[in-house]
Amino acid sequence: MNLIPIEYYLILSAFMFAVGVTGVLIRKNAIVVFMCIELMLNSGNLALVAFSSYMGSSAGQIFVFFVMTVAAAEAAVGLAIIIAIFRNKLTVNIDEINIFKW
Amino acid sequence: MNIYDIVFYLFAAITLASAFVVVTARNIIYSAFSLLFTFFGIAGLYVLLGADFIAVVQLMVYVGGILVLILFGVMLTNKITSVQIKTGTLQVIPAILGTALMAGVLIKIFTGTNWHSQMAQYPTKTTAYALGHILLTDYVLIFELLGILLLIALIGAATIARKEEKAS
Amino acid sequence: MLTEFGKIFIFLLLAIFFVIVAVLFSKFIRPARPTKEKLLTYECGENPEGSPWIKFNIRFYVVALIFLIFDVEVVLLFPWALSYKEFGLPGFLVGAIFLIVLGLGMAYEWRKGDLEWARPVIQPPVLKKQTYSKDGILVSEEKAKESSAVLQDQV
Repeated sequence: MNLIPIEYYLILSAFMFAVGVTGVLIRKNAIVVFMCIELMLNSGNLALVAFSSYMGSSAGQIFVFFVMTVAAAEAAVGLAIIIAIFRNKLTVNIDEINIFKW
Repeated sequence: MNIYDIVFYLFAAITLASAFVVVTARNIIYSAFSLLFTFFGIAGLYVLLGADFIAVVQLMVYVGGILVLILFGVMLTNKITSVQIKTGTLQVIPAILGTALMAGVLIKIFTGTNWHSQMAQYPTKTTAYALGHILLTDYVLIFELLGILLLIALIGAATIARKEEKAS
Repeated sequence: MLTEFGKIFIFLLLAIFFVIVAVLFSKFIRPARPTKEKLLTYECGENPEGSPWIKFNIRFYVVALIFLIFDVEVVLLFPWALSYKEFGLPGFLVGAIFLIVLGLGMAYEWRKGDLEWARPVIQPPVLKKQTYSKDGILVSEEKAKESSAVLQDQV
């Protein structure tokens, strides 16, 4: 009944991943970089659900659960780190956060 | 072109267009709100794929949780003079060339592979039962480890946020 | 054939259609005569002061963080709750351990005081000490603190 080929979902996922990578590469604001990481995780989730659905197995959806949990933990800790950096350096521009530069 | 095709193209268009806006918008608030539409479109695609529980979880965790947290991050990290909320870009052309190459390779692989491309029966009842069964048999250790991961994330993030608060 | 999600989808389309029609219709028939006062940010009738993009208190972030973590926990508990009966006591213990681990996090946050909102402490107004002479003339007025009712945000 669902005649959409799996390639369509995978191509959509690939496009989303490419958009996310582009955002990570070109944006300066750390929070936008963060959002683009979420985009990439979502595109991976989409591919996993597509595989799981076309295989008739639920294991892929369990992996999506794990990815979501890790994404939530990453969002919590990552944004806390960004806020901590902002408190110290008063910027979230990743060009200016160069305290590790020697 | 049946109804499923139309729904697929609709949600795919919503997802991709709002993903572009996330990357290209000058204002972070616009990025955050178009990320909402991206998550929503992905949830629609999950429904179309027969993963109803995952779709609801997507709305709960991403839209209800992570997006709210990102919005708090935006609100907490702009200067009071408010000009800082707009951001710039750098090295656009090389980045786009590189990612276009990567996307091309990915799509070539995806279209060239001979997938087992027949969707199994669209589930008539919710997939949550099957998920629970797998979660308690094959992946039970990972289930517990996720609990520990969440504990660590909770303690660590709260500690980082709180410590800086006292320093200021 | 219409699945349950198909009904939700039709509902969604109707909702979007309704909003678009309502907004466009009212945009066409309403008069638009903007003045400077109308375009100001509404701030209880006062003139707005400063930018609305103020920085939030970090307390909000910590609360949102705790919410997110327990949100994910609830989501993970849903499939467990649906199928733990198949496995009897071991199935129950799996979820119990998970809950205990997250309960430790809850206890930590509680102990560290992250769950307690720092309420503003309202100081009572300091009365000025006034001394009068016998015929009721004000002789001296001890200086008190200017800001008698400071909202102290104890963060």
